[in-house]
Amino acid sequence: MPLVLTEDQEMLRESAAGFLKDEAPVSALRELRDSGSEDGFSRELWAKMAAMGWAGILVPEEYGGADFGMVGAGVVAEEMGKQLTATPYLSSAIMAATALNALGSQAQKEQHLTKIAAGEELFAIAHDERGKHSTLGVALKAERMGNGFRLNGAKTFVADGHVADQIIVSARTSGEPGEANGITLFLVDSGTDGLKIEKTAMVDSRNAARIDFNNAEVTADAVLGEIDLGADGLEKILNAGRAGLAAEMAGSAAQAFGMTLSYINERKQFGVAVGSFQTLQHRSAHLYTEIEICKALTLKALQSLDEGAEDAAKLVALAKAKATKVSLLAAQEGVQMHGGMGMTDEFDIGLYLKRAKVAGELLGDSSYHGNRLAEMLGY
Amino acid sequence: MSDLQQFRAETRQWLEENCPADMRDGKLSEDTSCWGGRKWEFTSEGQRLWLERMGARGWTVPTWPSEYGGGGLSKEEAAVLKQEMKAIGARKPHDNFGITMLGPALLKFGSEAQKKEHLPKVARGEIRWCQGYSEPNAGSDLASLRTKAEDAGDHYVVTGQKIWTSYADKADWIFCLVRTDSEAPKHKGISFVLFDMESEGVSTKPIKLISGSSPFCETFFDGVSVPKANLVYEENKGWDVAKYLLTHEREMIGSLFGGMSEGRSLGELAVKAIGTNPLGQLDDPLLRAKLIETEIDSLAFGALLQSVSDRAKGGESLGAVSSVLKYYGTELNKRRHELKMEIGGSDEMEMTDNNNDGQAARDWLRTKGNSIEGGTSEVQLQIIAKHILQMPNA
Ligand SMILES: Cc1cc2nc3c(=O)[nH]c(=O)nc-3n(C[C@H](O)[C@H](O)[C@H](O)COP(=O)(O)OP(=O)(O)OC[C@H]3O[C@@H](n4cnc5c(N)ncnc54)[C@H](O)[C@@H]3O)c2cc1C
Repeated sequence: MPLVLTEDQEMLRESAAGFLKDEAPVSALRELRDSGSEDGFSRELWAKMAAMGWAGILVPEEYGGADFGMVGAGVVAEEMGKQLTATPYLSSAIMAATALNALGSQAQKEQHLTKIAAGEELFAIAHDERGKHSTLGVALKAERMGNGFRLNGAKTFVADGHVADQIIVSARTSGEPGEANGITLFLVDSGTDGLKIEKTAMVDSRNAARIDFNNAEVTADAVLGEIDLGADGLEKILNAGRAGLAAEMAGSAAQAFGMTLSYINERKQFGVAVGSFQTLQHRSAHLYTEIEICKALTLKALQSLDEGAEDAAKLVALAKAKATKVSLLAAQEGVQMHGGMGMTDEFDIGLYLKRAKVAGELLGDSSYHGNRLAEMLGY
Repeated sequence: MSDLQQFRAETRQWLEENCPADMRDGKLSEDTSCWGGRKWEFTSEGQRLWLERMGARGWTVPTWPSEYGGGGLSKEEAAVLKQEMKAIGARKPHDNFGITMLGPALLKFGSEAQKKEHLPKVARGEIRWCQGYSEPNAGSDLASLRTKAEDAGDHYVVTGQKIWTSYADKADWIFCLVRTDSEAPKHKGISFVLFDMESEGVSTKPIKLISGSSPFCETFFDGVSVPKANLVYEENKGWDVAKYLLTHEREMIGSLFGGMSEGRSLGELAVKAIGTNPLGQLDDPLLRAKLIETEIDSLAFGALLQSVSDRAKGGESLGAVSSVLKYYGTELNKRRHELKMEIGGSDEMEMTDNNNDGQAARDWLRTKGNSIEGGTSEVQLQIIAKHILQMPNA
């Protein structure tokens, strides 16, 4: 498949870019932050996005979705990254939709996919249990109890966990943390007894949650996929999220770079634009190169997921590792090249730095995916 | 017993008897510092006593001459004092731009009257200083500054604007660069003046930083009257003073941020957060590699810091070498804080009460300013290329 967007995908990109610029620019994130918004995103805006088909971007048409595939989903994520748009898009539209498509029973699909596509039901993926991401480090216990299960343990860094109606939880039904075998996924209503959901404001002004499970009881219907054999499905969900995040970060990097470029081409010192100094020119040219690489790689990873390619997992790890590094570099260079202005809250570049750090950490940072990649490559 | 051994024994005993218990936690961060000055509210009786006692001995500025409120110690004695303070985890009694920046400049360029007037108050932490250098259009190109000082007989009338003035809203006095000759080439029409921030016509407006705090300000001067007695060195020769002061500022920043970090090493933190593999190695080989790369550069840089400080005689300016320290030290500090965030992962990115309100993340964000304040890294590299390596101009 050629490594370019199709005409349809290109159109999607243009409409997303236009919509987000008008409706959800960086100033919208500031407003959410400064007003201390409980939700951390605008429900009104999310409804509009749903109407445009974004909430159901991965949902099959029979459930009212747009079924645009991961490339389409990534295109929208990249545009959101440019504007630092805060929405439940990654959790609900990308990860939860992937989960239900891949693992959902007929009943589960019918119950949830239509609502996801309509933007009516919000999801969160509760997976990490400590500050560092780990695919198989699941310790939260799910014990059989009559016809159902009892969940005990704690999850952290659950993006959108504080607003979710439904939570997809990775749990251990057997084996030890670190083992693939013994992981089971559950679909848990956020109102279930025994759940304590605590909103955690993150440095990027988005919200996440810590969720304690204290004898939370679910029925056997809540199992998503197969008991003990959830690792593969989990990996699918995480990989969709990682690729979506890589696209978002590629967008953020490009935007942070663009802002920086305009700034240094305007800002005068020593009687000339500081952008005329060769050292800034070379670093800008380097950054441009890195960002181009990051965009191409991200597209390749997204395509590989749509194709179900054999090397998809490798490409996703690669893309997440690279995007994490490049978006951080773009933001760091951005702050530095803005001089004192870069340190002020008034300028937007600092917001990109904060998002780069949090998005980089979410679903595994560059060291994590670098280590995984080395393993996959056999060294 | 040699004199120095004797001095060590006496110092140890004095510190033992006089350093309050709550000043022995070894804390050195910008936030736990005591900054002194007229507006300072001591956070504890211990903090007040510690400043008072050290200030009275001049040990806040151990190598300054005693007639200017200093300790009058030799470089060797000052080193002993530092070691003994470190041994009991004693905090610095106070921080003040008067110690690290204005003091050295006044000692070299100030009149006798100026030294007598200002230095003892710095030593005792009675007057807190701020630095009025940068302007909206004079950052890296500092010498193009435009704040003007007009001659009005026995005083100047200062009008203009500064920016990024750290703690201008909390400081008592400012050392300030002003233009006294707008016809002359830009470096030759600048003067270095001192004035009280309570003078009529001075106002400040805090600027919010990406870390959420507001340590620096826009500072406005609207016809501020500054007695000519407050001109340091000669009129239109302020650039010499300014540059000399900058070398001290840069050396201070480089040593402060580049020196070994206090407390637990990053490696220890990482092992605690992430764990080890069966070989006892950090259970994240890539992070481990990044950590040791940074450790190597830190330890190696420590040797340069030591060598430079041993070569420099007490108080003497390092000149362009200060740019080497400033550049490398601040870049290292940024790397360390990136790694610290990476070690803690999402736990350190929460801005919640149970996470000390995200202090680690705020510190991380603050370090981004290290390679900007006191002259950017790009400017330091340019100084090294031009003044040390004497490379040709473009
Ligand atoms: C935390 C902090 C505290 C500060 N405290 C004070 C204070 O107390 N008092 C005070 O007076 N100032 C203070 N400053 C200001 C500081 O000195 C200036 O921000 C700094 O000198 C850079 O100036 P600028 O912000 O105008 O950036 P600019 O000069 O506009 O620089 C923008 C970018 O261009 C680059 N650039 C500029 N010239 C060149 C060149 N010739 N070659 C290559 N690249 C170049 C810079 O490196 C930078 O990346 C502080 C700054 C910070 C961040």
